[in-house]
Amino acid sequence: MGLADKDRIFTNLYGQDDWRLSGARRRGDWDGTRALLARGRDTLVQEVKDSGLRGRGGAGFPTGLKWSFMPKESDDRPSYLVINADESEPGTCKDRDILRNDPHKLIEGALLSGFAMGAHTAFIYIRGEFFREAERLETAVQEAREAGLIGPDACGSGWDFDVVVHRGAGAYICGEETGLLESLEGKKGMPRIKPPFPANTGLYGCPTTINNVETIAVVPAILRRGPSWFAGFGRENNTGTKVFCISGHVNDPCNVEEEMGIPLRELIEKHAGGVRGGWDNLKAVIPGGSSVPLIPKSLCDTAIMDFDGLRDLKSGLGTAAVIVMDNSTDVVAAIARLSKFYMHESCGQCTPCREGTGWMWRVMERLVRGDAEVEEIDMLLAVSYEIEGHTICAHGDASAWPIQGLMRHFRDEVESRIVARKSGREAAA
Amino acid sequence: MSEAFALTPDNKAKADAFIARYPEGRQASAVLVVLDIAQRQNGGWLSPAAVEHVAEMLDMAQIRIYEIISFYEMLHAEPVGEHMVRVCTTTPCMLRGSTDILEACKGELGVEVGETTGDGKFTLTEFECLGACVNAPIVWIDDDYYEDLDPEKTVAILKAFRAGERPEAGSQIGRRGSEPVGDWTSLTEFAAPGGAREGA
Repeated sequence: MGLADKDRIFTNLYGQDDWRLSGARRRGDWDGTRALLARGRDTLVQEVKDSGLRGRGGAGFPTGLKWSFMPKESDDRPSYLVINADESEPGTCKDRDILRNDPHKLIEGALLSGFAMGAHTAFIYIRGEFFREAERLETAVQEAREAGLIGPDACGSGWDFDVVVHRGAGAYICGEETGLLESLEGKKGMPRIKPPFPANTGLYGCPTTINNVETIAVVPAILRRGPSWFAGFGRENNTGTKVFCISGHVNDPCNVEEEMGIPLRELIEKHAGGVRGGWDNLKAVIPGGSSVPLIPKSLCDTAIMDFDGLRDLKSGLGTAAVIVMDNSTDVVAAIARLSKFYMHESCGQCTPCREGTGWMWRVMERLVRGDAEVEEIDMLLAVSYEIEGHTICAHGDASAWPIQGLMRHFRDEVESRIVARKSGREAAA
Repeated sequence: MSEAFALTPDNKAKADAFIARYPEGRQASAVLVVLDIAQRQNGGWLSPAAVEHVAEMLDMAQIRIYEIISFYEMLHAEPVGEHMVRVCTTTPCMLRGSTDILEACKGELGVEVGETTGDGKFTLTEFECLGACVNAPIVWIDDDYYEDLDPEKTVAILKAFRAGERPEAGSQIGRRGSEPVGDWTSLTEFAAPGGAREGA
């Protein structure tokens, strides 16, 4: 029943133990890393492929496959690993725990992953707000360097490897991988047009792979315990363990590492103390961070928490940040607040997103009050489809999907609010 | 507006160490951290003189620095209060009562969002998702998150800052981190709840 503690990767998720090197070693980090490296680059990539690991930052791209896009031979340009620690997707706070409580898992993962893709340098881009987390990470990097785990001849492997911690300064869009690269180069974090893809032309014009913190931090466990161990959790194409963040209207909000594919209801009831007021008081859940469409209670009853399970419900696993809303929630206002978020965080370079996110927010604010015409709902949806897919990065899509999800499942509520306001007006007149 | 600005020798050394992290000729990569160092030295904002200094240091055009300041929320081209009080109001915090937290801050500080108190002690802002959602609602003051708040606790924290204290950051209901308040449902084999705080 559920994941056993012995199969949990993040054994210091709650910071109950020492986060420094001594504690990390006690928990099994940096154990035999040299031997793992000695398996060779191709074997490491193959093992990560065999594990079925898909990116934990939201998009779920197969990690081993992504690594295999990196050049096998250098054309004199260095290759870079860039680790995305710009955790800013509303609802998501898992990487924060890894950064502050298990930083050595991330640094060891950086070495193994960097070696597997031919990189001698990893940059960890951490959101500027995570000031204390960055302090710990810097300390952990320093510890690893002093112990010879990274630096020249890392772990005695013959591979030189360094880790650079880079702090952001407050911009959600820098979590988009090419926006992040721009920011890392000292510019505004405006996403780049692709192609060229980063594996060909990334940081400083060099081959670059960008991976999420959790993705990199699970790599040592996969290599140590074997790809079939990791692939033994969850369903095919949706393997492994995953850190879930359960926020909102639950009795006991928390982060927890569980098996992929755990039913949503079990996740909430077993780990988060259940929905406030009981399961029947549930209204809707945003199951994968703010960018994915919400699902109403009727779908929550049987929802499976993995990539395919949530895709089948026209939503997504995203970052596995579960935002729970009970029946007291003004769901229109909850989504309108996300519209404001996307407006505020739009970088402004693509017209549909720059103009559209603000337009959608203004309409949403009127819908919260019912101060609109019913026809405007279809107009709003039409505009959302004009934004979706018509921008350089996925920010436009992410701004459209919450609204589309709202109208898919709660259109009645939006309409009745408009009608109520109108009839109220007419009655008063 | 031509008050001179130069990094102190200590800060200059810090900035140079950051610049050295990046490849030769890529010193612009250090712009955010160097601006942060300059901003801290300059009382929380980047004056034209500070911008000029950083631009010279990194061999960047000043307009590039101004673009960056306007793009990134944590950099300021105008003076701010001694303490930045940033209330997260994005949906996960909103569901846990951030609207009341914001009202409590406005009431206690006597300012609206975006304003600085008359004594120059506090600037109040709303902030987008701070990424600590299972500990909502959250207020970020200076370099620390104050988590699991209610309006009364928020007011008490602000009063403490006003009195020159620095209240203990983190959860205000005694949580260590992101664990459940009640019995642990995972990791029980690795540590009992309430065990010794790490590193203490």
